[in-house]
This record gives sequence, C-alpha cells and structure tokens, in this order.
Amino acid sequence: MKPFDYLAPADAAEAVRSVAANPDAVFLGGGTNLVDHLKLGVAEPGLVVGLAGLLPSGIEELDDGALRIGAGVSNSDLAADPRVRERFPVLSQALLSGASGQLRNMATVGGNPLQRTRCVYFQDVTTPCNKREPGSGCSAIGGWTRHHAVLGASEHCIAVHPSDMAVAMAALDARVRTLGPAGERAIPFVELHRLPGDAPERDTALEHGELITAIDLPAQPIARRSAYHKVRDRASYAFALVSVAAAIEVEGGVIRDARIAFGGVAHAPWRARRAEEALRGAPASDGSYRAAADAELTDARPAEGLDGGNAFKIPLLRRTLTATLRDLAGEDPR
Amino acid sequence: MQREITVRVDGTARPLTVDTRTTLLDALRERLGITSPKKGCDHGQCGACTVLSGGRRVLSCLTLAVTQDGAEVVTAEGLAPGAAGAGQQLEGGLHPVQRAFVDCDALQCGYCTPGQVVSAVGALDEFAAGWPSAVTEGPGAPGLDRAEVAERMSGNLCRCAAYVNIVTAVLRAATSLPAGPTAGKEVDG
Repeated sequence: MKPFDYLAPADAAEAVRSVAANPDAVFLGGGTNLVDHLKLGVAEPGLVVGLAGLLPSGIEELDDGALRIGAGVSNSDLAADPRVRERFPVLSQALLSGASGQLRNMATVGGNPLQRTRCVYFQDVTTPCNKREPGSGCSAIGGWTRHHAVLGASEHCIAVHPSDMAVAMAALDARVRTLGPAGERAIPFVELHRLPGDAPERDTALEHGELITAIDLPAQPIARRSAYHKVRDRASYAFALVSVAAAIEVEGGVIRDARIAFGGVAHAPWRARRAEEALRGAPASDGSYRAAADAELTDARPAEGLDGGNAFKIPLLRRTLTATLRDLAGEDPR
Repeated sequence: MQREITVRVDGTARPLTVDTRTTLLDALRERLGITSPKKGCDHGQCGACTVLSGGRRVLSCLTLAVTQDGAEVVTAEGLAPGAAGAGQQLEGGLHPVQRAFVDCDALQCGYCTPGQVVSAVGALDEFAAGWPSAVTEGPGAPGLDRAEVAERMSGNLCRCAAYVNIVTAVLRAATSLPAGPTAGKEVDG
C-alpha cells in the first residue's frame, strides 16, 4: 500500500478545506470500500481525511414533515429507525438487503452513495479499465458481464452502481445536501450519479472536496406502501443482479401514482419515469405492470460476454417489477 | 507515516505507534499479540476479523487503526466476564455465546469461530434493541427464528459449513443469556 498522511480535522469545514486544497486527498467515512481500495491499489491517495464524529449522526424531523438524515448516520441506524420503517419501508428494506450486519454498522449514509462499482475489472489493477485509468479501455465489454449494465451504458464503460440504499433514495425524490469549497448546496438525489458517457472515471456530480452532509427525504404518503425487491446469486450478502424499489397508490383497482427505480442495471440508480408514466391511470393488473416494464426497457441493451452475456437481466427485471407491484397493490395501505 | 494512538482492547488501554496504513486487525494481531481476530480474506467478505468497537460489531480488516484512537474494542478473548484478554486461559469463564458454541458443536476447524462468536454477540444485542433484518416481516419488533439468525449472521462465512449448528448455538445463546431485553422473545430452536 502506498504511504499516505492521515488527518483528523476539528470539523467538517476543515475537512472540506483540507481535501479541496489537495488533489491527492480523499475523505474517509466508514471505510468499507475505500480501505479495500487502498489495499488493492485502486485508490492511492497522499492524504486521507477522517470524517468520524464530524458529520450529523441524527435523523431530524423538519417542519414540512421531511426527514433530514445526517451523513454520519450508520446504515444500521437508518434501517432500524421507526419513522423510516413506517413511512419509507422501501428504504429500510433496501438498507437491510445490502452487505452484512458488520458492514452496515460501519457504513454511513453519506458514504454509501459514493461507494464505487464492484466491476471485477475496475478492482483488478492488472486489467485495463476506463474508470480506473481513463483511456486504457474497458475489459468488461466482451468479458464477464453477469453483473454489468443493460441501461445507460457507453462504449467506454458498462459498470453498475452497487448501492441498494441509493435505489430507494432515487425512487423517493431524496435531496442531497453538500458542503463544498464554494459553500453549501442541495441537489436532487437522481442528479447525484452520472451515466458513464465518455468520462466513466467520474461517478457523481460532486466536485473534488465537496462533502455530503445530509440527505433529505420529503414527506410523501405514497411511500408508506413501498417495497424493495432484490434478486442476487445467493440469499444474503451479495450484490444485486437486478433490484426494484417501488411505491404505489391504488384506488378502486386503478393505479393513481407510482415511484419506481431499478438497481443493478446501470451506472446510476435508475429512476424509471417511463414505467411510472405508463402505470398512472392503468388498472392494477399484471398486464399493466409488464407494460410498464416494457416501456422502461425499450432502450435496454444487454452486453455480450464470455459468460453468455447478461440478456437474462431484461426478463428478470420485468418479472421482478411485476411481482413487486403485484404484492404492493394487494397490500392494505398502512 | 506514524501516528500515536491509544485503543482500549478487552478492557486494557494499549498505547501504540502505528503506520497510518495499519488496519485494526493487523494492530491487534501483529502489534498486540491478540490473535483471536483472524485474517480470512482481508477484504471484508468473510467476517473472521469481527470485533466490537464502541459496542457494535465491525470488520477490523476494513478499519484503519488510526481511526480507533480512544475506541473501546472487544475481541473474542475479552467477551467473558472477568476475561483478562490476550493469552489468558479462560477456565470455565465463557460468555454464554461461547458456551453455546461449545455445547452445540458449532465448529469444525475453528478458524472462523472467534469472528462468529463476536458477531453473534453483536447480532443478539441488535435483535434485543428491536433492529429488523431483511427477513423481518412487517413493521413491529422481530421474533428470533432460524431464518432471522441465518440472515443476521450472513456476514460470517464458515468454509467447513458448520452453519446448521452455528444457527442452533446462536438460538441457544439467545435463551441462555441473563434476563434482559433479549429474554421473552419467541425462540424457535
């Protein structure tokens, strides 16, 4: 591992100044991804700036009914919060379907969306990867593609974002609050992550030195009837092949409104607005759910690969969305 | 680059000078001679290095030692009441989870066992606090059955595949723990 200096700043402002002033500096949150990258050589910072204790670690109720989740809140604490379980079950379920008990205790709300892809080529410094080393090529294209994208990929990168929490946040119209060298700002969660395009080395819209301080969840009655459904290669402690975050409002057998996002299929959590549009006003039936999936998946492009490619993700996602919506529509609203 | 830190390990303050790159796992094993946390994968995938920090189960292989200055760390060696820590024999002085692992034959080679035991202690505390898991149905307090234990312990791999008895041991420990928040929960052994 390359030597690095370590700084434990007095407050978040000092942390931001320290990272912003040094192109070779990184923030350290729970460390569950970064420390592994230090070992693998994927990250080689000259300065690591520790955030422990510097960020809000509480969940605050705002006047408009929104929840403000401090960036220092652990995944475990957020998943167990009674308000989150009652008002946003999709978020609690997404958090609990990710990682393991130990990792959820370490991981933070601010760090989770900024974890990097688990693409095996990105994590293997002996292989070309445009995300790790821009211009070197993409080893995943034509390689092992089981865990790669079918939506929004580019000729430079077909990696997927690994977070489960982020899929729920994208469906719930969350907003990200940040502190950067230029001050504070708030951005819609769905604008936090980028598609790869010709710059896959950039995962997010954040500037160097910009720190997530909180995530706001606006009040929304629809989210009380919501769920997260994750499909993976083993029953627990594995990344998603595909996942669905969904919330639905049904009245008299008709879908009034829906919020849907997909995980495991794109470089960013994939907000499925075409599917939502197709569902509004449609009867609550399997036919409507399949049509909504088809509307969203029109542009899906499977990757061909050594392992037979990942075309299976398209019917798998259609069936997962259908099953999730069928369960939700049949459920009494709580 | 070196840093001076003090970590309380199994009840004893341990001042150390560490390279900033040192993980908590390597500090415990290589610097302090506390070898119960095991290095299985060293990448956060196996759980063999599990310790409690600040009372919560974490992976010591993904924790930089410099971040643990002032932390209270408990390893499998420090779980039992009165345990003296590194290198001491624990004659009869076992934590109820350790006792249950012995009684239920919840191991074969034993390499993953210290991590399993610490993880189980943390998991039972989380259960007692009412934390849900991915298999908990509905919004209320969870009950404890084999599916709940398996899900909550999924971060600890056992390549001998002693899982059947590990699950039994954790359920046994849940019923044998002293009266507290865990007592009175539904247990399906």
